[in-house]
Amino acid sequence: MRKKGIAQDLSFRAMDEKIEKAFKAIMALAVMVPFVILAVLLIDTAVDGLPRLGWDFLTGFPSRFAARAGILSPLAGSAILMILTAAIALPLGIGAAIYLEEYAGKNAVTAFIEINISNLAGVPSIIYGLLGLGLFVRFMNMGRSLLAGAATLSLMVLPMIIMAARESMRMVPGDLREAAYALGADKWTTIRKIVLPLSLPGILTGVILSLSRAIGETAPIITIGALTYVAFLPDSVMSPFTALPVQIFNWISRPQSDFHVNAAAGIIVLLVIMILMNSLAIALRYRLQRRID
Amino acid sequence: METIEPISGHKEKGGDEDRRDYTGIRDGAAVIKTVALRAWFGSLMALKGVDILIAAGAVTAIIGPSGCGKSTFIRTLNRMHEGVPGARVSGSVYFAGQDIYDPKVNPVMLRRRIGMVFQKPNPFPMMSVKDNVLAGIPLQGTRGSAGDDVLERSLRQAALWDEVKDVLDKPGTSLSGGQQQRLCIARALAIEPEILLMDEPCSALDPIATAKIEDLIHSLRGGITIIIVTHNMQQAARVSDYTAFFYMGELVEYCDTDTLFKSPHKTRTEDYITGRFG
Repeated sequence: MRKKGIAQDLSFRAMDEKIEKAFKAIMALAVMVPFVILAVLLIDTAVDGLPRLGWDFLTGFPSRFAARAGILSPLAGSAILMILTAAIALPLGIGAAIYLEEYAGKNAVTAFIEINISNLAGVPSIIYGLLGLGLFVRFMNMGRSLLAGAATLSLMVLPMIIMAARESMRMVPGDLREAAYALGADKWTTIRKIVLPLSLPGILTGVILSLSRAIGETAPIITIGALTYVAFLPDSVMSPFTALPVQIFNWISRPQSDFHVNAAAGIIVLLVIMILMNSLAIALRYRLQRRID
Repeated sequence: METIEPISGHKEKGGDEDRRDYTGIRDGAAVIKTVALRAWFGSLMALKGVDILIAAGAVTAIIGPSGCGKSTFIRTLNRMHEGVPGARVSGSVYFAGQDIYDPKVNPVMLRRRIGMVFQKPNPFPMMSVKDNVLAGIPLQGTRGSAGDDVLERSLRQAALWDEVKDVLDKPGTSLSGGQQQRLCIARALAIEPEILLMDEPCSALDPIATAKIEDLIHSLRGGITIIIVTHNMQQAARVSDYTAFFYMGELVEYCDTDTLFKSPHKTRTEDYITGRFG
């Protein structure tokens, strides 16, 4: 009786195998569906937009005539926006992370701030747009300028940067901090010489990834009032501006299909920039990490 | 103040149960003196009132079973203990004529005079061998030849110079485990401390690397005061002049090393060194 039972337990039953196979198929499908949809979208965009891409398109200003329109001003707008956003968000984000991770006591206020930072990372971007409109454009009189746009995007990416920076600062081994303290280093020296250099790869990766999210954001930029037709290059941070996603959105909402081709070409440009930024994040991480290990 | 339960249930060999210090070190010859030193982790008292005199220029070994407070003890001497969340200290530690727990004392300045080497070699990963050695020196005056002098002197003292003089610009972490630990010793010596605390410096090393560290301790003897925590009683017997046996947060017996291992005064010490417990 017992021997028979063991023999039965060890052998596969037909039912088990069927369930196993069914599961495999479902999981494979779960991978395939988004992959196929993404591929279709990319191919469709590439077919529409690639023929339109060219030097003229990259260096031309927007135009009433689809065939003559280019994306120089939104491209420049997006680039300056990214640089300004990084310049504002990087010091603020790293500073906040250092304070929270290294200096703040473990009390109710810190816990409250921490919870709110996590929540802010999940706030829809249009809310940041409205905040930027009220705070920067109107209250602080920045107008519909690049600076207002960058300040708004900075607010949006700050929670992500703070969380990424804290995460990588927490990864710095405690025995290295102890080694620094035992050598008579004070806290700030230890942070500057040991903690920050070691967490830099993680911080930079977080910054670049959040900037590559910011460059694709349309809602907050439209909300604060980026223009949709800009036939000049910005001459200062107080200039009115447009950005890639805004231009793409503008072209797509036009009835003429020629503009849709322009939108597709613009999307390709935006995608290439994002891929480049993400590759840069990976490359930086790899290089700095190798220097540390 | 809490009262300290004496270690009971043990009949002492000598008549004087309260006596713990058999070294004969006098106040004047001591570089460190602790008085009623207690240390806590949260509500757990890890040191239960330690009074000890550490002889200047000597090598003092601290032995005892795991959890007896020996690491905690040396970490109170350079105020590293208080860096652990929830940790606190009471009592006094006199060094250079001052109680280091006096609010006027800056632990940063203290640690420049009392160096420390840890259990696991911990060179700074993004720094070269050279930068690691010079890491503890304040930036001014270390550039150029002055820095090179310190570099060579420290590495020679740590018996590492010949092995690394051609790879000074390679990362410190590219060295072997034993070399990394000697690099950490060189880094601690570079700031010319008066006392070097070593917290089980060989426990992560193989026997050959261990022997090199022990030789190095021998060569440093006399010039610098060394306090070494070790799990390895043979090591304590080999390297130290005085040995202190800790048990459950108390100093049980403190004696010159020969006597402690050959004819300890306390039954509990004898039980430990003969391997009856711990």
